[in-house]
Amino acid sequence: MLIFALKRLGIAILVAITVSMVTFSLIHLSGDPAMALAGESATQEDIENIRRVYGFDRPIVVQYGAWLGGVLTGDLGYSHYLATDVSTVIFDRLPTTMTLGACALLFALVLSIPLGVLAAMRPNTMIDRLALSIAVVGQALPSFWFALILIFWFGIVWRLLPITGTESWLNYVMPSVALGYYVTPGVMRLTRAGMLEVLSSDYIRTARAKGLRPMSVMFKHALRNAIIPVVSLAAVQFGFMLGGSIVIETIFAINGIGFLAWESIQRGDLAMMQAIVLVLACFYIMLTFLADMLNAFLDPRIRVG
Amino acid sequence: MALPPASAPARAATPIAPTADATGAAKIPSLAQVVEPSPGALLRRRIRGHWGLIIGGGVLLFIIAVALFAPWLAPHDPLDQDLTNRVVLPIWYDEGTWVHPLGTDQFGRDYLSRLIYGSRISLLIGFAAMLISLLIGTTLGVAAGYFGGRVDMAVNFIITTRLSLPVVLVALAVVSLIGNSLWIVICVLGLLLWDRFAVVMRSTTQQVRNLDYIAAAQATGCSTLRILLSEIMPNIANHLIVVATLEMAHAILLEAALSFLGLGVQPPAPSWGLMIAEAKGYMFFDPWLIGIPGTALFALVMAINLLGDGVRDVTAPEGRN
Repeated sequence: MLIFALKRLGIAILVAITVSMVTFSLIHLSGDPAMALAGESATQEDIENIRRVYGFDRPIVVQYGAWLGGVLTGDLGYSHYLATDVSTVIFDRLPTTMTLGACALLFALVLSIPLGVLAAMRPNTMIDRLALSIAVVGQALPSFWFALILIFWFGIVWRLLPITGTESWLNYVMPSVALGYYVTPGVMRLTRAGMLEVLSSDYIRTARAKGLRPMSVMFKHALRNAIIPVVSLAAVQFGFMLGGSIVIETIFAINGIGFLAWESIQRGDLAMMQAIVLVLACFYIMLTFLADMLNAFLDPRIRVG
Repeated sequence: MALPPASAPARAATPIAPTADATGAAKIPSLAQVVEPSPGALLRRRIRGHWGLIIGGGVLLFIIAVALFAPWLAPHDPLDQDLTNRVVLPIWYDEGTWVHPLGTDQFGRDYLSRLIYGSRISLLIGFAAMLISLLIGTTLGVAAGYFGGRVDMAVNFIITTRLSLPVVLVALAVVSLIGNSLWIVICVLGLLLWDRFAVVMRSTTQQVRNLDYIAAAQATGCSTLRILLSEIMPNIANHLIVVATLEMAHAILLEAALSFLGLGVQPPAPSWGLMIAEAKGYMFFDPWLIGIPGTALFALVMAINLLGDGVRDVTAPEGRN
């Protein structure tokens, strides 16, 4: 287990370093950053000035080294637009996005796992078909459009929920639904497939033959084993949701990291943009690493393989 | 009884149960009726029984036809502004007129025409971005699955790296830095969405590569390229089609999201995502302005997804549970 963990950790760190290079080069090689920052009406002198202040005149490798050195010591850069450290702003905004992501994931799991279990208990019946159609519809709904529909009905017509801001938990309801429903089809299908597989296994037959109550077999024996792959999928999806929260946060004006990213893109705040991409990517890498570890802990076959 | 035509064994296979003739005596099925149906006939029968496939394919064909014949179908120029006729209501309101069946937007542009031309943008971006990611992902995935070992490790590493990059954010950042044109959006999406191709192609190639006919091809001295193209590819093609539909739908949704956030297709182009973004401010009084393009987007993506699910069910029914 320890060797397995160390191996995975090594890979995770390598991925993180590669991601930092990709992030850096994306921002720096897609055109002249100084020119992009200066805008169209800038003179040559302005551009030179910006190049000097931001350090764009140094060789690209030196710039990368300096940036990575800073990142490793917790300094993600300096935002000239906001005139503060990037890390302060990001860690200020991160909890909001985390809350949103957690609520969205909770909504998705609460909806999809029971549906998946029900569908697996009665395959090819009305319940199964209903669950399947929810999945098909869910995958085709554009999240921003869905968010606008929610705002229109729940916020404007029925006036049940607040449209913007983060003052109370009510503010999180609509964004969580809009962000979380996209995950439900995947989780539901995986739960259903896992349950179907487990339900046809020998130990379930044994448990039933012993005369255990059907509900106890279903939840104590079957679901517990079927849920293992769902846990790692949920972890991965949580990472995706943090990245996808940019659309939802922009619509609901939630002051999280996604909204910050959108603002930074609008302002051309390069330091902030690359820091956000890096933070989200590293968070995703950490999540998948933890999911791997959890899987290996629960299922010894993975450790050996 | 007339002699059946040459293709009859394939088609006549359905009524295996003894049928009664006019005299009421039970007739034993002839040999032609018992013969296994040909794969083609089986496929046709499965397609006929699959509603998702028929509906999805039908809606997609309809939208493709609309996109192809847009200049003849659109009643007006999609970019023509008419400031005296702003936000004309669609036909199902009492004030609606047949001049603008779906009304006009805040600049007085005909909404139906914009919707029709918008299908071109969605289809073009979805298809082109899907093709780019198909090329990248399939190359990586098949190479990893076929060669295994270090190639596999390297490809896995690249996939993990790609997955850890937040797609929407990176796409937005790159588009904002390079500038946004239709082709830049297509390239950025194509370069970001190949991961599922690589993952699926890798695992299917792994399943195929140890089969006997691959060993036979190797034994007869086929080159690696030939084995990959004419032995492996045809046998993983159905999985490829399924992933292709998924990714096309994904690309269409992402383009709409980027355009909605103002960093995709630029105004005045009639992108559906952009139409929703422009109508956002009028949502309170004229919700149909976001309802119409949103429904179109939903229908297109749903049709593509249904088609993909259908292809999977029809070509690999044993994988269905």
